[in-house]
Amino acid sequence: MNDKKLTNEEISIKSHRLGKQEIEDNFKDLHPPLSAIEALIEADRCYFCYDAPCTKACPSDIDVPGFIQSIQSDNLTGAADKILSENIFGGMCARDCPTEVLCQQACVRNDHEEKPVEIGLLQRYATDSVLNNDVQLFSRGADTGKSIAVVGAGPAGISCAHRLAVFGHKITVYEAKEKLGGLNEYGIAAYKTINDFAQQELSYILDIGGITIKTGMQLGKQINLKDLQQQYDAVFLGCGLGTVNQLNLDNENISGVIDAVEYIANLRQANNKEELMVGKNIVVIGGGMTAIDIAVQSKLLGAEQVTIAYRRSKDKMAASEYEQALAKKHDVQMQYNVSPKRLLSADSNVTAMEFDIMQSQNDGSLMASGEKITIKADVIFKAIGQKLVTEGLTENNSLQIKKGRIVVDEHRKTSLAKVWAGGDCVLDGNNLTVSAVQDGKLAAISINETLQGA
Amino acid sequence: MADLSSDFLGIKSPNPFWLASGPPADKAYNVNRAFEAGWGGVSWKTLGEDPHIVNVNGPRYSSMMSNDRRVIGFNNIELITDRPFQVNLEEMRQVKRDWPDRALVASVMFPMNEASWAKLIPIIEDAGVDGFELNFGCPHGMSERGMGAAVGQVPEYIKQATEWCKKYATTPVIVKLTPNITDVLYPAEACLEGGADAVSLINTINSIMRVDYDNLTMFPTTGDMGSHGGYCGEAVKPIALHMVAEIARNEKTKSLPISGIGGVTTWKDAVDFIALGASNVQVCTAAMVYGFKIIEDLKTGLSNFLDEKGMNSVQELVGKAVPSVTDWKYLNLNHIDKAVIDQDKCIKCGRCHIVCEDTSHQAIEYSNNGGDRVFTVIDDECVGCNLCVSVCPVVDCISMVAMTTGTDPRTGKAISTKVSDWTTHPNNPLKAS
Repeated sequence: MNDKKLTNEEISIKSHRLGKQEIEDNFKDLHPPLSAIEALIEADRCYFCYDAPCTKACPSDIDVPGFIQSIQSDNLTGAADKILSENIFGGMCARDCPTEVLCQQACVRNDHEEKPVEIGLLQRYATDSVLNNDVQLFSRGADTGKSIAVVGAGPAGISCAHRLAVFGHKITVYEAKEKLGGLNEYGIAAYKTINDFAQQELSYILDIGGITIKTGMQLGKQINLKDLQQQYDAVFLGCGLGTVNQLNLDNENISGVIDAVEYIANLRQANNKEELMVGKNIVVIGGGMTAIDIAVQSKLLGAEQVTIAYRRSKDKMAASEYEQALAKKHDVQMQYNVSPKRLLSADSNVTAMEFDIMQSQNDGSLMASGEKITIKADVIFKAIGQKLVTEGLTENNSLQIKKGRIVVDEHRKTSLAKVWAGGDCVLDGNNLTVSAVQDGKLAAISINETLQGA
Repeated sequence: MADLSSDFLGIKSPNPFWLASGPPADKAYNVNRAFEAGWGGVSWKTLGEDPHIVNVNGPRYSSMMSNDRRVIGFNNIELITDRPFQVNLEEMRQVKRDWPDRALVASVMFPMNEASWAKLIPIIEDAGVDGFELNFGCPHGMSERGMGAAVGQVPEYIKQATEWCKKYATTPVIVKLTPNITDVLYPAEACLEGGADAVSLINTINSIMRVDYDNLTMFPTTGDMGSHGGYCGEAVKPIALHMVAEIARNEKTKSLPISGIGGVTTWKDAVDFIALGASNVQVCTAAMVYGFKIIEDLKTGLSNFLDEKGMNSVQELVGKAVPSVTDWKYLNLNHIDKAVIDQDKCIKCGRCHIVCEDTSHQAIEYSNNGGDRVFTVIDDECVGCNLCVSVCPVVDCISMVAMTTGTDPRTGKAISTKVSDWTTHPNNPLKAS
């Protein structure tokens, strides 16, 4: 590796690339909420389908035509009740769900006029009405005397805790981080959840009572599964994926090579986004939603050149068509079929990345073509997936783990007695907020049935 | 281009679209604007005896709207003209002078005494009007004073007042009928007996629009209380069409020319009225909702339609659909329709299935094989009721197709080409032997 000293001019990572106002404008609501009249007109477009395909496509089973009909009749509390009783994070999911591949993709209006009903925006309209007016739709059931531990205060854990509270159980939520919310608070792109919405929603959800929160409690450090199993009648693991995959390249820890997840968390927590350090030429490694999120947000923070480098072809990207289009709209460059080969640096700062140009084999595997490409970069974001942290989880027990994820059955029950799990940490999940919420709900129902039978 | 010019009872107008007696034809200012916009004629807002009536100074109108704020139905509690008789007369005289090619009819409402008619009809005629329209229809306010619908609901009064008007008028007399009756043929026959030259219908329908959900009072109110108003607009058209068709096909009344009124909003509505027996149409609500400019599309739409049908004039369309209207007892009970779904057009919403399943004949089957939704008519159950067609959001996706041969799988009976109706049906206790 070359190791020449960089001049001050060459150090291009800096804060205040854009002014405060510009940043504020850039991080406005991606999809502004519907006005009352817009919502009524959009609600009128729903055909109220039988056995509705949109509901079938919703991972959390929301009765979409049902809540839209209630919007039509100006029964917003009824609409919100239909949503939130299936998905207590209906507000966040309205903002964050890739509706273009879920409910809205299933809408029969696609066949009729290639323009689905704006289900996500309608869901936001309905849920905002109860959240903003603090209309509490849920109350805690009569105390059952049972207590349950929930590990992780993300969408899965809190969804589980809320449903358990409805059943009348006593819940203790253990959260490693300082704030609650998991990826709702630390992960989702800032322009999808403005005005501290994650905390507003959590406060509404936790208002039900019966849920004790303990922050700064990390598996493998302050707590472990074995103890929780002994202390509680049941345990729900919603611990997410605590660490990220590495490129496994030499000198990967040089300055400028950053975990996208970590940067996004900082961005979400920043009071003044203009103070964040932003590169001039950024390369994002990965092809999922996180890659898009970090690429677009880097652009919005003022980065000049942002390139997403993905090792397979466009059609293999995990990011939805919509998200890819969003990146394109923000002038993010896409580089397909490239695999990270080595990092170039100067003065222990990354200056470029060299890639192998890949070719797909008939069996789907990738092989280096022999050609190479080098992309200039002062920041490399790694967005190549996250990993389960097993400390505090798997010691001295037979918790079944497969492909680095916890194995659960259809009721989200693990291989261990009294232990359920859901969200990103379980096998076969799709890493969506809505699925995590569904996992938590289903686990709570199963826990309740099990405890009632006990 | 088809000829839109109209000759109704000898009253000529460049097109068959008149403004109905009501707020849009309240005074010269409005009527001048209407004529500038291209309207064929007006029935001036109803004149009454001095001292002129007064109106409320609060909500006179309210509407039933769709979610996108489209007006579906409308009602009003405005009374007849609230300006002095003489003021109206002078304005009418001037308007007719300025617009000699347009129709100007005087709508009138006088008490049930001959002296009033004897005195006022000649004075009005002297202003140059082309004819009279007797307002026996207003269902609110004036009816409490024994006029408007209070006359229109008693055939004897209709006959009497018509006779008085005819006695003192030299121009044509049109009687405007109220729909707030059981059978429109009784008033229509009374008009005929009284010597009316024509009828116009319908006037508005007694109605309360809704409740105020905050105060739990009726809505709207004048201060703390409200009163029922006359319902009109698109929503009332089917009621009006029925009444027009009844008069047009009734042996005794079919000679009466008809001016069609009730929810005319587009040229298609005009086609409905004219094909069911009206010679021209009158419009009020649509103008009050959209302004006078709608006359442009009314004219070009009707004209283009006539061209497409190969018709040269409006007259050729008058009554075209009347022979297709009959009593239920004459419907062919041997006719068998089955619903047919065009699977290429179907967008798989399933509305046809659920309404048939829940409320009709369980004749549309739903299958879902791994997300592949298919809706299929079960001929064994389908009675051809048309409910599926009525709720399908896709144009021409479901149609009713007549069976002409074979066996109806629902009844197991062979399709008969013989027409057979209720009058001879074995289940009819009163069947003709």
